Amino acid sequence: MKPHWLDRPGAARRVWLAFAAVLAGSVLAQLFVDVEPHYPAEGWFAMPALFGFVACAAMVVFAKLLGVFLKRRDDHYDDGGAQ
Amino acid sequence: MSAVLAHPAFALLVGAALVAVLRGRARAAVALVAPLAALALVLRTGDGVHATWTFAGASLAPFAADPLSRLFGIIFAIMAFGGALFGLNQPRRAEMPAALLYAGAALGVAFAGDLVTVFLFWELMAVGSTLVIWSVATPEAWRASLRYLMVHLAGGTLLLLGVAAHYAATGSLAFSAFDPASAGYWLILAGFLVNAGAPPLSAWVADAYPEASFSGTVFLSAFTTKIAVYALLRGFPGEPLLIGVGLFMVFYGIVYALLENDMRRILAYSIVNQVGFMVTGVGIGTAMALNGTAAHAFTHILYKGLLLMSAGAVLHATGRRKCNELGGLFRSMPVTTLCGIVGALAISSFPLTSGFVSKSMISQAAGDEHLPWVWLALAAASAGVFLHAGIKFPWFVFFQKDSGLRPPDPPLNMRLAMILFAALCIGLGVWYEPLYALLPFPTDYVPYTGWHVVGQLQLLLFSGLAFFALLPLLKRTPTITLDVDWLWRRALPAVAGAVERAWRALAGAWREGSRGIADGAAASVHRTHGPDGILARTWSVRSMGLWMLVLLLCLLLIGFLA
Repeated sequence: MKPHWLDRPGAARRVWLAFAAVLAGSVLAQLFVDVEPHYPAEGWFAMPALFGFVACAAMVVFAKLLGVFLKRRDDHYDDGGAQ
Repeated sequence: MSAVLAHPAFALLVGAALVAVLRGRARAAVALVAPLAALALVLRTGDGVHATWTFAGASLAPFAADPLSRLFGIIFAIMAFGGALFGLNQPRRAEMPAALLYAGAALGVAFAGDLVTVFLFWELMAVGSTLVIWSVATPEAWRASLRYLMVHLAGGTLLLLGVAAHYAATGSLAFSAFDPASAGYWLILAGFLVNAGAPPLSAWVADAYPEASFSGTVFLSAFTTKIAVYALLRGFPGEPLLIGVGLFMVFYGIVYALLENDMRRILAYSIVNQVGFMVTGVGIGTAMALNGTAAHAFTHILYKGLLLMSAGAVLHATGRRKCNELGGLFRSMPVTTLCGIVGALAISSFPLTSGFVSKSMISQAAGDEHLPWVWLALAAASAGVFLHAGIKFPWFVFFQKDSGLRPPDPPLNMRLAMILFAALCIGLGVWYEPLYALLPFPTDYVPYTGWHVVGQLQLLLFSGLAFFALLPLLKRTPTITLDVDWLWRRALPAVAGAVERAWRALAGAWREGSRGIADGAAASVHRTHGPDGILARTWSVRSMGLWMLVLLLCLLLIGFLA
């Protein structure tokens, strides 16, 4: 059976390159639109991009830290305890 | 009688009864026609009160309509149709009638003009949704449904108490915006918030919904939390507490979904997250915010239904729901993958999808009202939605590693339901004017400006970059995350067990102690009154005479001394 185009050699690299191009395009596009921010800082160059990245990184790290305390094996409630 | 026949809920309730007894094609036909009939009835229902009833001296309006109820009526009917189409080949026969009963009850709330009718249909929804979970008939589903029912009966009780207090104080049972000073305000608000999945009881959503069948969860995702949003929109617009509650829900949903391994629990946490946006919008309370909330409820029902259909298709095909056991399904399930991606893009509010035209109204309202922290939190949350649902769900289910599974796409009816909802998600993103025309307040909001599109794309695409950059931290593990439901699943049973053991020990000690006393008393009686006891043995007449003489002498002596 013919392999899916995503399974062909080099596909992952091509997808990453395309993604990088789209990322760059979204930032550069800011130069070509009327910037109408709600708050001045929002309109700084690449600010939404930076904010999105940092906010997500913060949420992942926070979730990871919370997981240290709250994660349990998924059979935690299955061991015959009253439920 | 004609008002009953014209009520949109009637079509679904009759459909539920027929589906319960019919078989084969007739059953399938009724399951599909009943929601379409309900949709037709919603569309022909004009504004105003269509039925009145006097109950125990109070005037009730069990059938009333306005733009808000019509908006929710339309989406509930569409959802019932899509869910029925998706669930036609569900082998558990009890699920479809339960689901139609549930959807009909939701329409009953949406078109209720008084609080008694709201309460009755509210409880009927709890019954219908519990039956949907019961129909799975597994021990896990049974236990989850009992926990679900417990939470909802508690919420219903709060609502009933609030309605009673409100009626006693105001003499009115009309369902309209409540006065914060009125008795019952907080009780009714709490009752509505329980159904919305608000803290501290958010855990029920991710606990119960994923235990339903591959098709049952699709129904469950749509009605209970969204009817709560409808009730908040009508009863509590502008309540500032709701901004805080909503933002908590938004981030709770993101963080718990990031930690979760079960694909349907990820989407269940995501429901709390999305309803959080809506609750925040109700709290902001301006026309823009309320329009945004109503629009977002509408679009959310479609894309969350679509996401859960794609997850349901995977569960149906593989029998698996854990991300660490899935992956690579894009090779053999292209339609499901594509539809899942459309749902993921819509929930993330990508331009040209339905989420973009609805959620941005809520952010716009926060900006317009000069609530910078709320606006900032909503922007961060928008990035987080892409992170936890927009990428995480499709990545771990359809891509990541190759699990070796090669299941085909699901049967035609399930594919059609997914394609219909995917088309609606994109259609509403492109052609949003019909949705805006249905909103409760007139609006001239324009979602597509150059800056809005570019800013949103930057935010989302770099959130995607963060996901892949931090992928090692997001590696799936076969774990769950403890939540408040630990209190009633573990702590309360443990406390009850400890109390029971202490009671048993106390009772045992008491039994032992009392037995000792009783044995001592019996021995003492035996000693004195037994066959050889001093008080029971036979005495000779001579000694009796002697003791009588001693006794009389004592009496004489006492008499003499006295």
